Amino acid sequence: MNWVSQNLGFIAGLLSDHIVFSLVPVVIGLVLAIPLGWLANRAGVGRTVVVNLAGLLYTIPSLALFVFLPVVLGTGILDPVNVIVALTVYSLALLVRTVADALEAVPPVLVDAATAMGYAPVRRFLAVELPVSVPVILAGVRVAAVSSISLVTVGSVIGFGGLGQMFTDGFQRDITAEVVAGIVLVVALALVVDGLLLLVGRLLTPWDRAARATRQGATA
Amino acid sequence: MIEFRGVTKRFPDGTVAVDALDLVVDSGRITVFVGPSGCGKTTSLRMINRMIEPSSGSISVEGTDIMSRDAAELRRGIGYVIQQAGLFPHRTILDNVATVPLLLGWNKKQARERAAELMDTVGLAPEMAKRYPAQLSGGQQQRVGVARALAADPPVLLMDEPFSAVDPIVRETLQDELLRLQSELGKTIVFVTHDIDEAIKLGDKVAVFRTGGRLAQYDEPGVLLSRPADDFVDSFVGRDRGYRGLGFLSSAGLPIGDLPTVALGDRLPSEGWALVVDGEHRPLGWVDRGSGPVDEAALVPGGSLYDAGSGSLRAALDAALSSPAGRGVAVDGDGRVLGSIGADDVLRALADARSDENVA
Repeated sequence: MNWVSQNLGFIAGLLSDHIVFSLVPVVIGLVLAIPLGWLANRAGVGRTVVVNLAGLLYTIPSLALFVFLPVVLGTGILDPVNVIVALTVYSLALLVRTVADALEAVPPVLVDAATAMGYAPVRRFLAVELPVSVPVILAGVRVAAVSSISLVTVGSVIGFGGLGQMFTDGFQRDITAEVVAGIVLVVALALVVDGLLLLVGRLLTPWDRAARATRQGATA
Repeated sequence: MIEFRGVTKRFPDGTVAVDALDLVVDSGRITVFVGPSGCGKTTSLRMINRMIEPSSGSISVEGTDIMSRDAAELRRGIGYVIQQAGLFPHRTILDNVATVPLLLGWNKKQARERAAELMDTVGLAPEMAKRYPAQLSGGQQQRVGVARALAADPPVLLMDEPFSAVDPIVRETLQDELLRLQSELGKTIVFVTHDIDEAIKLGDKVAVFRTGGRLAQYDEPGVLLSRPADDFVDSFVGRDRGYRGLGFLSSAGLPIGDLPTVALGDRLPSEGWALVVDGEHRPLGWVDRGSGPVDEAALVPGGSLYDAGSGSLRAALDAALSSPAGRGVAVDGDGRVLGSIGADDVLRALADARSDENVA
């Protein structure tokens, strides 16, 4: 573990890269997934198309995407934007489906009540449908975030793998401590981010906990 | 006033839900739409606030054609209560009730003050304000639903089977409270139900729909019971309609006969039954003839009483039939005994009421 204490600065830099490379795509993916999921949920046939297209995106091998993206985007092969865009594609693929499912699960009677109260469609979406969907969407965001944190490491093949650099570097230079530290840090980061998202979810949805407590009380 | 003129609703699959409906809903009254499922009652209700748009014909609310107004704006001026209350699970009770005032652009403080006021009006304790809908019982949720619909003080209130998902006892309480609220607020209420008893209890006027979206009869509940327009209405109104119809005729014209009364400690009557009354002349029970003083052990529980001022013939007849002496006890508004009537008096009054109707 000597290696670790001697390279703290290097590790810290990789960690901050890793956080940016993994979480910025989740945020962008979510922002894009909300309107797309809404659109998917409105149109019957459109839904199948959008959700399946999104699913298809997820099947593209990440390695291929890293190599292919510079051609499409006109970026240099060694540009961190490639990593961000690739992971955004994956986050989006996961989250479009989540958002569409979450919105579909909003009880029709609620949408009906909101309409009858005098909500116009956009305001109704923002004030009723979206907030009610938060618990389901947040569960999807947790999956997307953890998967994104793990996928960043693949970026190390083009030199932007965040903590993944510690695997390639450690293997090439035969430093076991570096490889192990890399793995531990990636797992730890995933756990911390997941825990934080769980906390954010609790703060955002006190009503959901109240509902759960009541249901448990009723079944007990 | 809400007016339907030749309103038809044909769904894309060809089903005609409402067929050429002409109907006027009176202002300040409760109008009930009732009928079997698929009769178009709910569709008719939902066309009033444009949740469903008519295929042809027109609907006006207070003289304005509903199609000439922006749908969302129109709806903010019409209260709406639905079956499972449809409360927003992510908002506190107070904020649920404040929904429409906020949509109308009131500031948050005003809207919440108004919401607190409304919670009180519908009988919800102030400590409910901070709770979420999931923490309330079905009956309480339905009250919140009513409070939310009334928050912006709309002149018109639409209620779509609001009490059908709660148990019968809670339902009856909610019905009584709706009548109490209405006596204070005087809203134009359109109420949809499939329960004819609910319709007759709540409605100032009842519109009976038949399958296929046609109006079978539109009358006051008493008329519906005494003179159903056809076999469909007759069978829909159901059993005992003759007896239930008495509930809509006033007992005010009944001749109130003498009634022997005694007090505790008096001597028992030498023949027949006597009513035992307290110092305020309120009934305690009946005693049969005998000898010796009247004591509490000898009391036979009385039947129902009826209020000679405000009671119906149904209440009077029930008082006569349930009394051990065969005489129904008439009381005044304070519960003091006025006299008694017999079942035959009620039947005679009924015959008179019928002949009056025929003359008219």
